[in-house]
Amino acid sequence: MVGIVGYGAYIPKYRIKVEEIARVWNKDPNAIKNGLLVYEKSVPSLDEDTATIAVEASKNALKRANIDPKDIGAVYVGSESHPYAVKPTATIVAEAIDATPELTAADLEFACKAGTAGIQMCMGLVESGLIKYGLAIGADTAQGAPGDALEYTAAAGGAAYIIGKSDVIAEFNGTYSYTTDTPDFWRREGKPYPRHGGRFTGEPAYFKHVINAAKGLMEKMGTKPEDYDYCVFHQPNGKFYIRVAKILGFKEEQYKVGLLTPYIGNTYSGAVPLGLSNILDNCDGGERILAVSYGSGAGSDAFDITVTDRINKVKDKAPKTAYYLERKEYIDYAIYAKFRRKIKM
Amino acid sequence: MVVRSWRHIKERYNLIGVICKNCGTVYFPPREICPKCRRKTKFEEIKLSGRGKVYTYSVVHVAPKDFEKQAPYVIAIIELEEGAKITGQIVDCKPEDVYIGMPVEAVFRRIKEDGDDGVITYGYKFRPIEN
Ligand SMILES: [Zn+2]
Repeated sequence: MVGIVGYGAYIPKYRIKVEEIARVWNKDPNAIKNGLLVYEKSVPSLDEDTATIAVEASKNALKRANIDPKDIGAVYVGSESHPYAVKPTATIVAEAIDATPELTAADLEFACKAGTAGIQMCMGLVESGLIKYGLAIGADTAQGAPGDALEYTAAAGGAAYIIGKSDVIAEFNGTYSYTTDTPDFWRREGKPYPRHGGRFTGEPAYFKHVINAAKGLMEKMGTKPEDYDYCVFHQPNGKFYIRVAKILGFKEEQYKVGLLTPYIGNTYSGAVPLGLSNILDNCDGGERILAVSYGSGAGSDAFDITVTDRINKVKDKAPKTAYYLERKEYIDYAIYAKFRRKIKM
Repeated sequence: MVVRSWRHIKERYNLIGVICKNCGTVYFPPREICPKCRRKTKFEEIKLSGRGKVYTYSVVHVAPKDFEKQAPYVIAIIELEEGAKITGQIVDCKPEDVYIGMPVEAVFRRIKEDGDDGVITYGYKFRPIEN
């Protein structure tokens, strides 16, 4: 059965607190923290971008997979912050992990769900026998306009998944997607920051797609929330995540391990891949996981996953997600503005 | 500029050096002749681990044009496990925390960019090994 052969996470070291951003814009930090359930967010260094984050995560996935990188037949990088408008990130990643030249590669864009779209594409190519292994990465260095509500959450990070058929550490029991044309969040060509539909991003966008994808998958698999040990959903903030988990009937012990946004912010395409990597780090084999991404525009990909005993052999071979969560250095707004190139010189 | 950086992508992304099979000396970047063995040089490609120690370092406060925004930063000579010495920037570490003998590992980062519409050059830098 097609499954995950290796996985790896990466989160940049720097953090900025909600208090520090709120101080600059003269807003009440407690209202923001309570409203969004976000306390701080990760910030990439000046020399980090989606390509470098994807490379770090992929190298960690390779350490766990213990395969020859030349056996990777496809590399897909899902992101809404590719370093170039035209020129793929995936070729940089493929070269940096020494997987070139016999492979196919492409960049994917679907707001925050481009990473899980890449996983599905790899599943299809592996299942059909066209490739031996596929590498799918969700990574972002998301930007919010200065002073915009998104500035408190738009963060950086990513995770990589090597998909294959043998020696899997987790099996895909099934996948299901739910997609409609919904303009809740967008960025036009040449514009530095995205725009969003404010309150419109909630009910008809995030909640509708995540709930329908989760329900659709559980109906297809014949499962109920209590059949899963863990669940993870896209997490633009902590509030949406917990609300959607509760609406679907999941309990705190099922959803809490996958929720990282309160401590690192919304890592966009990296969010569900990172939440899932934290769950896998905490598994011992036999656990069943429901994972549902969300991308504005809009769509959700849902996965039903069962962890195998092999997880115990690989989880310590690369830094765990918790290592990156705890490795942090706080910066002030001035350094943040420099790192995020918000000052034009 | 584009062609010159493209030609070095393989060695710079993956730290590919050469090892002289005659005397065992490792060189990075790759060269044509082993100065110790000259005509007896027997070079093979070697993928370096990227792990090593700070051999010596310097904190750069007044940086060249492409690196001005990063100052102050640390440039170090790293002695790799395989014996080769290579120059690189130290990242994810404050200048005051760097010391001679500090264990480091290679990390893939942006090196420079050719303005805001040019090619972005990627390559290795080094960071402290923490775990
Ligand atoms: Zn020699």
